[in-house]
Amino acid sequence: MLKDITLGQYFPGNSILHRLDPRTKLIGVIVYIVALFLCKQLLSYCLVALFLAWMIHVSGVGVKAIVRGLRPVLIIMIFTGILNLLYTGGTPIVQWGFLTITVEGVWKAIYMVARIMMLIMGTFLLTYTTSPILLTDAIESLFGPLKKIHVPIHELAMIMSIALRFIPTLIEETDKLMSAQKARGADFESGNLIEKAKSLVPLLVPLFVSAFRRAEELAVAMESRCYHGGEGRTRLRQLKYNRQDFVALLVLALLIAVIVVLRSLHFVV
Amino acid sequence: MEPIIETKKLTHTYSAGTPFEHNALTEVDFCAYPGEYLGVIGHTGSGKSTLIQHLNGLLKPTAGEVCFQGEDIWAVKGRARQVRFQVGLVFQYPEYQLFEETVYKDIAFGPTNMKLDKKEIDRRVRTSAEFAGLSDDLLQVSPFELSGGQKRRAAIAGVIAMEPSVLILDEPTAGLDPVGREEILDNIRQYHNAKNATVILVSHSMEEVARTVDRITVVNDGILPMTGTPAEVFAHDRELREMGLDVPQVTQVFRALRERGIDLPSVYTVEDAVRVLRQRLEAAPC
Amino acid sequence: MAKNLIEFQDVSFAYEEGATVLEHYNLEIAAGSFVAILGHNGCGKSTAAKLMNGILVPTQGKVLVDGIDTADEDTLLEVRRRVGMVFQNPDNQIVSNVVEEDVAFALENLGVPPEEIRRRVDEALAMVGMTEYTTHAPHLLSGGQKQRIAIAGVIAMQPACIVLDEPTAMLDPVGRREVLSTLTQLNRELGITVVLITHHMDEAAQAQRLVVMQDGVIRKDAPPREVFQDVEGMAEMGLTVPETIQLLDGLRKAGIDVPLEGLSVEECADELYELMKK
Repeated sequence: MLKDITLGQYFPGNSILHRLDPRTKLIGVIVYIVALFLCKQLLSYCLVALFLAWMIHVSGVGVKAIVRGLRPVLIIMIFTGILNLLYTGGTPIVQWGFLTITVEGVWKAIYMVARIMMLIMGTFLLTYTTSPILLTDAIESLFGPLKKIHVPIHELAMIMSIALRFIPTLIEETDKLMSAQKARGADFESGNLIEKAKSLVPLLVPLFVSAFRRAEELAVAMESRCYHGGEGRTRLRQLKYNRQDFVALLVLALLIAVIVVLRSLHFVV
Repeated sequence: MEPIIETKKLTHTYSAGTPFEHNALTEVDFCAYPGEYLGVIGHTGSGKSTLIQHLNGLLKPTAGEVCFQGEDIWAVKGRARQVRFQVGLVFQYPEYQLFEETVYKDIAFGPTNMKLDKKEIDRRVRTSAEFAGLSDDLLQVSPFELSGGQKRRAAIAGVIAMEPSVLILDEPTAGLDPVGREEILDNIRQYHNAKNATVILVSHSMEEVARTVDRITVVNDGILPMTGTPAEVFAHDRELREMGLDVPQVTQVFRALRERGIDLPSVYTVEDAVRVLRQRLEAAPC
Repeated sequence: MAKNLIEFQDVSFAYEEGATVLEHYNLEIAAGSFVAILGHNGCGKSTAAKLMNGILVPTQGKVLVDGIDTADEDTLLEVRRRVGMVFQNPDNQIVSNVVEEDVAFALENLGVPPEEIRRRVDEALAMVGMTEYTTHAPHLLSGGQKQRIAIAGVIAMQPACIVLDEPTAMLDPVGRREVLSTLTQLNRELGITVVLITHHMDEAAQAQRLVVMQDGVIRKDAPPREVFQDVEGMAEMGLTVPETIQLLDGLRKAGIDVPLEGLSVEECADELYELMKK
């Protein structure tokens, strides 16, 4: 059951999106998000949506998997939609007691929900087509210059990659602990909210204890293998930009340019 | 005799409907009789963990039945959970499941879930601690302050406290030194004798199984290719090795002697081996 | 005589004051040897292991690795490059979620150029027989395979010595066999010194030299064949001897004159065969 969660899961593949340098993809997602937030009218939203659809198609991941990623944020999306619908001033369409729905509200709600949806889908596309470890490399490499102002980029990247390494291990352990406590009659399913929260104690305490033990052992093992921070460290895997990366960056530049131009033109639709 | 616990054509499929789909167990007929000491052996991934988790209703069969005292545990809603109190399961490295402030409270976790009264819980905590070889003064200590071996005992006591009629232990001696191993096995033996409980011991150590159990079931690739007394099972030493299992060293020595042309029976404990050789050597004219 | 790779010179060690784990401990490990260290839980054998690569430093006395003092901060990396470590829990020493990256970890830390890392990682994986798993995720491997990955990560450093702290405690018989045969091969073919800490008698029997510890003190130090002949002495220390020796010892106690030499199954069978042929 726990094994089935798909948070930031990687789908191995060989599409052009998979083969792009992870830094290009990371920059791409950032540019895409900026573009999304610069959208002001329907046309720009459509344009970004079209771009997203194109990328999903190219990735070969499949629309189903992408849409599935939306499920955990469904509530947030509905909530945002309703709030915007009800609390935007303007020309009223419906009035029902103290609730007023306006034309502007409808548009805003649609825009906001679309924005969140596309934001999530875009980032999921990144994690679906990039192995977590490459992503960490990309972060370390892109933000490397920040080391100069004493931002511990190497350490952060190392923490991230170790966290990624231990997620499957901890999920497995949680499964095992759940079975072990169930064997002693623990009940994780029934009861009210407080009882349910209480029933998690036999799970969480051992999980924390074991996480600390693991961390300690891992630290010793890393030290034994000559780990002494990022200084003078080399890498087995080298990141390299290819021609396809330049083409991709060009496409992205074009996208954001068009959005900016559209933004400066003051038409509404 | 009627088996106390039994599986009928038990099949378990993991990740059904995905590319990772595989059968961990295929139509397994397993049984354990009241009061017996049964050994279960099989390499990692043979399906033995999946099997024992069916016996107390932690896993639900994909097909087939699991019966406790003759009744299908999944036939009535809620029965599987009740069976967990009667079929105690001690997992591998059980010390990692300790969580309470004191050893006492931790051992009391099972009995408390059974909704027993305070007096009964107290009695059970104390007797099970004794069975597990924990002295009284350790009961008020935090479980995290115990030594590795003591933690293991506390965890075992936590399952014994439910006073199950079937006690299943998955590798209870893993990672302990010879003295620690012996003590734990003694404690289990005591519980077995005192309560006339069925004990199912899962182990990698063939020497341990050989001198502890009455009967052995071998699990391999999701089926049970062999079941019998230790003598019967260890007579198939070659097949066992092909399944990635070891046989006791004395059994190997006797096999080597047979291959050199000496007519010897198959043995599996040092005592038997010495007895057989003595008879042979003393009978032979010098 | 071969030179000493690791030297404990009158070492005492305490985790906290008053709780001394090792006291006036002297041990020399010759380059190229295969040494097993045996003892019950808490006898100080893991502490001794951690002193060998400067994870711990002595409270008193000195530990020298290839002549370098492990207490010297400046040369610590030199010590750790020479003495690699493998620990008990395979899950808690794997750093990366790709096999080859994990094997490369130490080399990356040492600043080895990428092409050289590639070459050494491939060699190390071939050495432990894990080449086909190069790009796999370690958490999907078996315990024995994980330990072999950890061993590969150490030998990629091209160390003089590999110290293993109960590497097989969490493994099944197949995993144990895999790890042990990898170790004997490393020792024989590459001449790497192996220090194996264990409480499995049959594993200790495969070493050239067996050190038995009790309460922080070395009680026995001899070839396994010799150590295991003292059946009673081992029992007093809470240790057993392999079943082969138990069998021969049982016969001796029954008045049958048989030497306690046959340690392996084959040797034991040979010995008994001679006896029964007469």
